[in-house]
Amino acid sequence: MSMTATAGRAQADPHHIGVVIEHPGPASKRIVTAYGFWIFLLSDIVMFSCFFAAYAVLSGQTAGGPKGSEIFEQGNVAIETVCLLLSSFTCGMASIAADVRNRFWFYLGMAVTCVLGVIFLVIEFREFADLVARGYGPSRSAFLTAFFSLVGCHGLHVSAGVLWLLTMMAQVFAKGFRADVLRRMMCFALFWHALDIIWVGVFSVVYLLGSGV
Amino acid sequence: MSDQMHMHAEHDLAPGDEEQHSVGVRILGYVIGLALALLLTGTSFFIAGTDLVWQPSIPVALIVLAIAQMGVHLVFFLHITTGPDNTNNVLALAFGLLVVFLVVGGTVWIMAHLNANMPPMDQIMRMQ
Repeated sequence: MSMTATAGRAQADPHHIGVVIEHPGPASKRIVTAYGFWIFLLSDIVMFSCFFAAYAVLSGQTAGGPKGSEIFEQGNVAIETVCLLLSSFTCGMASIAADVRNRFWFYLGMAVTCVLGVIFLVIEFREFADLVARGYGPSRSAFLTAFFSLVGCHGLHVSAGVLWLLTMMAQVFAKGFRADVLRRMMCFALFWHALDIIWVGVFSVVYLLGSGV
Repeated sequence: MSDQMHMHAEHDLAPGDEEQHSVGVRILGYVIGLALALLLTGTSFFIAGTDLVWQPSIPVALIVLAIAQMGVHLVFFLHITTGPDNTNNVLALAFGLLVVFLVVGGTVWIMAHLNANMPPMDQIMRMQ
């Protein structure tokens, strides 16, 4: 008995520094998964920062084409912003519902998030199609190339997020609130909130700063 | 051996996870975050189109409001705190922000200087 106690103590204090730290063992899979995804999100934000830098450098290079203030419509951007902000909120509600394993509120929250995300994408796609139809496509000027690649990259992320969202609803429907499904749901919520943070940068730097200059 | 100090190492929190709260408190957190974010967004859109303030201050105000709103999102939606269970998450975030500022700040700085020091091509042709 005393032997094992001594052995255990030696392990807890391997360098004999007089401080015994009771290690709780390796971190749970939920923490490891979410932390790994957090690192991915931060590297995704670093990638976006390159597009932001390119836009900041090229925003004045219009090559005789339209300036930002001539093509941006603030009403549309305001609707897009409110859609994405509300969808971030409903995504939070859905993740609370998943934590307490309430199917009804989970499906409702995810469905509202999906609808708001799709409204956002439709408005953005119509804006892009309208610009291309007027001859202001990404090949018109360096400014428009930077604009389409930055805003389009964010739009692609939102599209991927909507597909992921539908997958999560299907997985909860088919498999229930299993631990692995809940981990994926947590990663999805992180992804969706991070997209909203990037959109804050997009509407501030591209649309609001761009229409003033 | 009785003079040994006993410490208990707590586990970290996963990014996005909160400490144990009731559902009502968690929903309230999201509601506060939504209200603050809407307020900051509304201020941004108002400031961008107004004549009420000194015009050169508008870009600075927009950037400050954007950074404030990103902070609101991090605190109320992603639940990043300064607590000891969040140290790993905050350190990763800090490193990410360092790279972001190096990339954006460095690019804007260098390209502005290149622009200033390099005349347009037709001027170079005339100099020869």
